[in-house]
Amino acid sequence: MENLERALTEHPFLAGVEEKYIKLLAGCASNVVFKSGEFILREGKEADSFYFIRHGKVQAETFVPQKGPLAIHTREAGEVLGWSWLVPPYKWHLDARALELTRAIAIDGKCLREKCEEDHDLGYEVMKRFALVIVQRLEATRLQLMDIYGGHSQK
Amino acid sequence: MSTATTNTVSRFVIAREDFDALFGALKSSGYRTIGPTLKDNAVIYDAISSADDLPVGWVDKQDNGTYRLTKGKKQTLFGYVVGPYSWKRFLHVPSTLLSETKRGEAGYETTEPSEKPVKQAFIGVRPCELQAIAIQDKVLLEGQYADSSYSLRRKHLFIVAVNCTRAGGVCFCLSMKTGPKATTGFDLALTEVINSKNHYFIVETGSKAGADILREVPHRKASDSEIEAAEKAIREAASHMGRKLQTEGLKELLYRNFDNPHWEKVAARCLTCGNCTMVCPTCFCTNIEDTTDLSGETAQRQNVWDTCFTVDFSYIHGGSIRATAMSRYRQWMMHKLAYWTDQFGTFGCVGCGRCITWCPVGIDITEEARVIRESE
Amino acid sequence: MAAIHKNNAGAGGSHPDAMTARPFSIRRTIRETDDTFSMELTPCEGTKSFSFTPGQFDMLYVYGVGEVPISISGDPSETGTLVHTTREVGAVTGAMKKLRVGGTLGVRGPYGKGWPVKEAEGYDVVIVAGGIGLAPLRPVIYHLLTHREKYGKIALLYGSRCPEELLYLKNLDKWQSLPDIETRLTVDRATGRWRGNVGVVTTLIPGASFDAPHTMAMVCGPEIMMRFTVPELQKRGVADEKIFISMERNMKCGVGLCGHCQLGASFVCKDGPVYRYDEMKDIFAKREM
Repeated sequence: MENLERALTEHPFLAGVEEKYIKLLAGCASNVVFKSGEFILREGKEADSFYFIRHGKVQAETFVPQKGPLAIHTREAGEVLGWSWLVPPYKWHLDARALELTRAIAIDGKCLREKCEEDHDLGYEVMKRFALVIVQRLEATRLQLMDIYGGHSQK
Repeated sequence: MSTATTNTVSRFVIAREDFDALFGALKSSGYRTIGPTLKDNAVIYDAISSADDLPVGWVDKQDNGTYRLTKGKKQTLFGYVVGPYSWKRFLHVPSTLLSETKRGEAGYETTEPSEKPVKQAFIGVRPCELQAIAIQDKVLLEGQYADSSYSLRRKHLFIVAVNCTRAGGVCFCLSMKTGPKATTGFDLALTEVINSKNHYFIVETGSKAGADILREVPHRKASDSEIEAAEKAIREAASHMGRKLQTEGLKELLYRNFDNPHWEKVAARCLTCGNCTMVCPTCFCTNIEDTTDLSGETAQRQNVWDTCFTVDFSYIHGGSIRATAMSRYRQWMMHKLAYWTDQFGTFGCVGCGRCITWCPVGIDITEEARVIRESE
Repeated sequence: MAAIHKNNAGAGGSHPDAMTARPFSIRRTIRETDDTFSMELTPCEGTKSFSFTPGQFDMLYVYGVGEVPISISGDPSETGTLVHTTREVGAVTGAMKKLRVGGTLGVRGPYGKGWPVKEAEGYDVVIVAGGIGLAPLRPVIYHLLTHREKYGKIALLYGSRCPEELLYLKNLDKWQSLPDIETRLTVDRATGRWRGNVGVVTTLIPGASFDAPHTMAMVCGPEIMMRFTVPELQKRGVADEKIFISMERNMKCGVGLCGHCQLGASFVCKDGPVYRYDEMKDIFAKREM
């Protein structure tokens, strides 16, 4: 348990979070390892955990029939993977696959949601941080959509 | 063809010396006799006219990606099992002309070829092959649309089945409940009995047509000991199957394991050559090919055998649905052992083992099923 | 003699060959977008009327070139004219695009299971179309408007890549002016003077007018678009048994004998192309099935 708490304290995403909340989070946490090529999230499945990546690289992708997997974005050490656990219907919208051996801390999303309902201060800390993640993703996606490099046909 | 039940039907004996009379009777009734014969170091099916054309004395050794013929000690007529050809070559034939369209001043004129019925008699159909024919009947005749050419050839078909008295190296008809004894779907069924003293065939009739032909062949009622000798030989075959396939819950097992990483392992070996689909007696996929002559005035449409292993098979604009070798091997195996049961009520596999023998890299469908089952 | 005949086709007589195309004459061609065109066809011989269920397709044959499955995109109540809309994507559709008025096309069909226009009677209907997916759905809209009193609220949500790729501009103008149907359009990328909605078609679902528990949804477009549309409809409360999608696979015979169109245990040419979502749920998102 202590190890988990220390790992959580060290994770950049949780910088500045009070110790009592780290302890709470550790109560919903576990260490996980994913082999290279292993699926972490599957589109359409229940979003019950999310992950603080400690080491390795993960690719979020969607499978386009006839074309194959289309990479949407990548997450590395120090980043968090998965926010669909926070908003209904709590289902993943993409697949995510480990590109190399990846170590992460898995947080039970349902457990954390319940704790946030009970303790709104905790809820606010969680929402603040995830709102930032979601806004960053949105802005990045907009830029990707703008096709700023241009130079090729519509097709 | 009626169902023949082993309890109520009489058994007769045809002596080895009288075997050719069977050919004579069939020929007199206008049948073109087709049966096993040697070609290019394999036992194939082709037009034959007497027992001399059969692979007399030959025995096959089959294993993953291996087929060898050796001369056995006895002068058996049916001492081998199945080879690279299956009877679908003569029923669901490799190529059919569907129509021809000519361009004239009045526009396009399309004609369909008129097909004359050809009476065929298959000699030496194994029990697993009888089931394979029944399976293709279901696919090609009993849906909303039926294959008329297949229907015509089926109507004018006479089947002389041969029960297996020796299991081949890759046979698993016992697992698929399709053999080694024929129970239905034949006009005549033979079991070859050969020992140091005797060489004869126990005969069962399965239809009126079968009884009519048998009347033209010298035969007598079989004794209990003669029948028992035949049954014993069939039991021998049942106890020496080369492969086993656990069919309990097999469909559900495969549906559950659609994403099993093991498929990638098989894919690494599979060449997607499609040999398995060519030799499989139940594979039925075809392609419609359009060709024109050089002048462009006449266009033909042909229905030809196809294989799901090509990238083109699942191509729609933009790309193929099954682009990877993994997805194509999985499609073939899951169709054969899972989807088929939902489509037609039986497995598509009859346990003949041809796909195991004729796979150039020796992939074994029973082994792949076993590995997936054990991975759970 | 027919190569393939329909079983139980009717008492006596010869079986018409399901593999022989009926010649149809091109009465009119319409350029919908840069690469998409429609053809209005009439039979050259035989019965002059043609009937189909919205969602069905024909196998269209260009003499000497080949055959492709194309959804019927016209008005089912106009039985004298057969309309098909297709994009130019290969040899056959390329040859089709070159055909002019008076040209001949071979037609086999109609085949397949269509949209549930009968079962939807009494319900609100929401139609979600992406790109060329509007083509197989246009017959539904015609049908719903012809029998307007049988249905509740009707909503058409149509998205395209950009304004230049919107199909059936005349139809869209007409429908937008009708109170009978709520028509909402959107494009992924705005160009030129587009002042309408910009965003993927799924963004139109939350604001559309329909009573979810009493709604049937019909969705057609690229598979990815259908994959993201269904959860949005589910979020609104439309039941899985009331959501219908249209699948596409390679087809050769069109009648369930050649094996090409198989999707799991299903033959898209005869068990589809329209499917009820709950029956397709498990295999819908399977990669390379």
